[in-house]
This record gives sequence, C-alpha cells and structure tokens, in this order.
Amino acid sequence: MTTTTIRTTALRKVYARTVALDGLDLEVAAGEILGFLGPNGAGKTTAVKLLLGLVTPTSGGGEVLGRPLGDRAARRAIGYLPELFRYQQWLTAREVLGLHARLIGLPSARRPGEIDRVLALVGLADRGRDRVGGFSKGMQQRLGIAVALLGDPRLVILDEPTSALDPVGRDDVRSIIREARDRGSAVLLNSHLLGEVERLCDRVAIVHRGRVVASGRLGDLLGESAVRLRITDLATPPGTLLAGFGRVATDGPWTVVQPLDPDRVPDVVAAVVAAGGRVHAVDPARRSLEDLFLELVREPVEPVP
Amino acid sequence: MTPRHVATIAVLTVHEVARRRVLWVLAGLAVVSVALVGFGVERLVSLAREDGVSEVQLQIGVSQVLILIAFMFSFVLAMSAAFLAAPAIAGDVESGVALALLARPISRTDLLLGRWLGLTAVVTSYTVGSGLLAIGVVRLVSGYGPPLPFVAVSFLAFEATVVMTLALALGTRLPGMAAGAVSVVAFGLAWFGGVLGGIAAVFEATALVRATELLRVLMPTDALWRGVVYGLEPPLAVLLARGMGSGEARQANPFFADAPPSIAVTAWAVAWLVLVLAAGASAFRRRQL
Repeated sequence: MTTTTIRTTALRKVYARTVALDGLDLEVAAGEILGFLGPNGAGKTTAVKLLLGLVTPTSGGGEVLGRPLGDRAARRAIGYLPELFRYQQWLTAREVLGLHARLIGLPSARRPGEIDRVLALVGLADRGRDRVGGFSKGMQQRLGIAVALLGDPRLVILDEPTSALDPVGRDDVRSIIREARDRGSAVLLNSHLLGEVERLCDRVAIVHRGRVVASGRLGDLLGESAVRLRITDLATPPGTLLAGFGRVATDGPWTVVQPLDPDRVPDVVAAVVAAGGRVHAVDPARRSLEDLFLELVREPVEPVP
Repeated sequence: MTPRHVATIAVLTVHEVARRRVLWVLAGLAVVSVALVGFGVERLVSLAREDGVSEVQLQIGVSQVLILIAFMFSFVLAMSAAFLAAPAIAGDVESGVALALLARPISRTDLLLGRWLGLTAVVTSYTVGSGLLAIGVVRLVSGYGPPLPFVAVSFLAFEATVVMTLALALGTRLPGMAAGAVSVVAFGLAWFGGVLGGIAAVFEATALVRATELLRVLMPTDALWRGVVYGLEPPLAVLLARGMGSGEARQANPFFADAPPSIAVTAWAVAWLVLVLAAGASAFRRRQL
C-alpha cells in the first residue's frame, strides 16, 4: 500500500487567458492533515478539482491513492466537501447519504449503520429524516462533512469546511477531522482560517498565484520559538544569568532568549525573579502562521508618485 | 458504463420529479384537460346528432377534433419535456450538486444516461397515460375510437422523448433556460418545416423542399407527429383523401397523414436519439466543472 496519498508534479491549469494553477508540486502522506492555504484566487479550489478529475490539467500530472488524477477507482476512497456545498434539497439527509453510499459501492447491509455513524459524528442524528431544503446553511455544511466521511475514505478533501459554522461548530469539526486522521485518513484541508489550520494541521502548503510558495511542518516554517522579556533591576547581566536556557540577545529594551521551548518560559521568569530582577513584560515570540502567510502573499504596495 | 450507477440516477430522477410535485401537477392538469375535452366533445356530438349529421361525418369530425387536441397536447408535452430535462444536468452543475456527485466513482456518461432513462420513463408514462385517458373519454362520450390508439400515443411519447433528449443534451453545455428555449424553438421549427416542405412540394420549389427535408432530418419530430395523426384518423378518411387531390397537397396538411412514418424514418429517429445523447455525453465529459 502506498504511503503517499497525493503527489502532483508541475500541475498546471489555464482557463482561456487565466492561469489558475501554475506548476503545483504537492505531496500528502497517508494519515496526515495538510493545510492548503492561499489568498482568494490562488488556485486552491482548482487544485482540488484537478485531484478529483472535475477539471482536466493543461499540463503536468499526478497521482491520488496511487492512481492517475480523476481515476474512478481512486474516487471510491475519496470523500469530498466542495466549497460550494449543495445537496438535493428535496431529499432527506439520510437519503442523500444513502445515494452517496450506493455510488461508492458500500454494501447494503452496512449502509444504515454507517449512515447513523456519520450523522451522529456531525451532530445530525435527530435530523436524518428531515429534508435538506429545510436545513440551515450550517446544517447543510455538517451534512456535507458527513457525506465526505461516509465509508471511512482513505483521503478526505475538505474545501472550507467551517465557512458556515459558528465557533462551537468549528470546534466540533476540528475534533471530527482529528478523528478522521486517527482512523487512518489523510486530510487535505483547504481553509482561510489560519488559526484553525495552525491548531489542526501536521503540515501546510501555501499557494500563491498558482504555485506553492512554502510548504513543510509548521515548526519548520515558523522557525524556532523564543521569549522576549522586559527586565529591570537585574544585578547579573542577562546573558550570564540566562545562558543555560539558550542564546541571549538584546533588542532595545527587550531581552530575547532563543531557542526556547514554550514550556520553559515560566522557568526563565522564575530565574530572573530569583536573581532580584523585575519582569515587566513577557512575550512568547514566535511568528504566527498569519505573519508567515502575509509575508508570502501580500502584494508590495506601490509608492505614491 | 456502470448499469448500477445508471439505474441509481434513473431512480433518483423519477424520485425527484415525484417529490418536487412536478408529476402530480402535470397529472392534475391532464385530468382537468381531459375532463374539459370530454365535456366539449360530448356537447359537439350531441348538437351534431340533433342536427342530423351522419355517423360517417361525425366520425371524421371527432377524429379531427382528437387530432387537434393531440396537436395542442404535443406542444404542451414538448414544452414540459424541454423544461423538465433542460435543468436536469445544467441545474445540477449551476447549483453545485454535480460537484459532490461527480467526485464519486460515477462517470459523467452514467449520470447523463441515468437522467435520460429516468426522464424517458416519466415522459413516456405521462404521455401514454394521459393520451390513452383522453382517447378513452372521447370514445366514451362520442362512440368514436381511433383505429390505432397505441400507435398514436407511442409516436406522441417518442416525439416528446426527442425534445426531452435534445434539451437534456444541450443542458450539458448550455444554461438550463437556454437549453429549454432552444429545444422548444427547434420543435416549433421542425413542425413549421413540415408544413412548409409540403407547400414547397406543391409549387415544386426544389431548394425549399431540400431545406425542409434537411430540417426534418436534423429534428425528426414532424415525421413522428405524422405517426400520431395516422394512428388517430379513421381509415375511411384516409381512403377518401387518397381519392382526392395530389399526394403533395396532402403532405402540406399537418393534420393529415396517409401513411405512418416509414421504418427508415423511425429508425433514423432512434439513431438520432443515440447520436444526440452521445454528443451530449462527449460535451459533458469535456466540460470543466
């Protein structure tokens, strides 16, 4: 069994004169959650559609679950929540799930139990017999997640899975995604919510103008963590006192210690206080994903003539 | 092609038509229309009999009324079939329903064929049911029954299926409204082409005859309509008409047919369905969703 769930090489898609995706190289391993980030129009949804065979590449290629892009046999093991989630309004939630269960070839004996499982997972256990047309947008998105998780797919592709959900719903979805990973699914999470990605993903790939501009483990991308302190009344120089924690530098009124495990910040503060110093501010300094994202995708502002 | 997937989508389509109350609205309209037709024909026949009109004249009169009703019904059917089928694929693509469906291991051809099969079942059963009901009611109130009622309703259902197939296939590339409108216009043009072709033949306008013949090949509904008319006419009317005037002149009358569509014409109509569906499937496969 392959350990790589998705691998694309120089995947390119051009619509008329618009380059939607310009040489995407992407790799997702089995059992990992990859955050797929990018500004509007970066090509994220196009990439997802290429993986599913909903659009065909202009050039380049790739494999999903060891099969060519869009392969029907591979699609049997892929769950997908589109960004524009919409299901047959005249069917009940159970009927929508029954339809998808038939299409993925789930044995009829397993269908009722599996439908119950995914409905309970997304919090719609008591709404299964209601028509989708009567659902709120958030409930329809929950149903879409249930459809995507039906039959324990090996790859789950979620395109903005929490766009219609309230904070409680978002938290639920995070748990659901972690559970899917724990059950062995690889998850490609396409989201604008950077905090959500930061909390959830093993790795991220940031795409801008159709190309991956950064990818890797979050720790590697965001750099080593540090702490910045504003200290006064310290008799011993901070460089001597705190040398055992990491490299010590001065940045204006700030003393910076790095690299430093975030769990050791209280120990640094305790050491300063024990040495008679007064601590006025503590800033666990690490670039956030948002800082990195903005750095990579923000357009330079043209100077006013 | 995966027959299981085709069957799943066909059942879903019938389910959709029933659940969205389209079928029940059409059935209700059919019952109301048939009741009105029954009432009207009964009144006409009673008045004619009071005036001493002969039974032969009555038969021909009632058959003409029945053909006129079938003519109106064929237009209603064509429009209903077109506007039922046009959004079947186009609407799913526009709304996004198709994205979730086609990400599953189902081919676009299977989706199209399933839609076609489901809609054909709906259109055919509706046409045959309401057509036979109308013929039965007319027979009940007038005593006149057409010689080949099953032939008439079969050609009527075939005609509606042709329009439905065109709308469905066009909907794989065009927006639903455009696909429906083009199909209804094509149906109207084909009917007009049939009449015009007959008139052109009388005046020996060869170029016009060829143009209308081409139109009839491109859209075979007019040829099928002749089958409906043939099935509704009393044999006596056919014999009388054959004895009078030229064959070309009779062809120009859209409410008369002295023969059913030939096997070649009917076979072409079947081949036309297959070709249009194949073209629709090919266009749908290449569509970027």
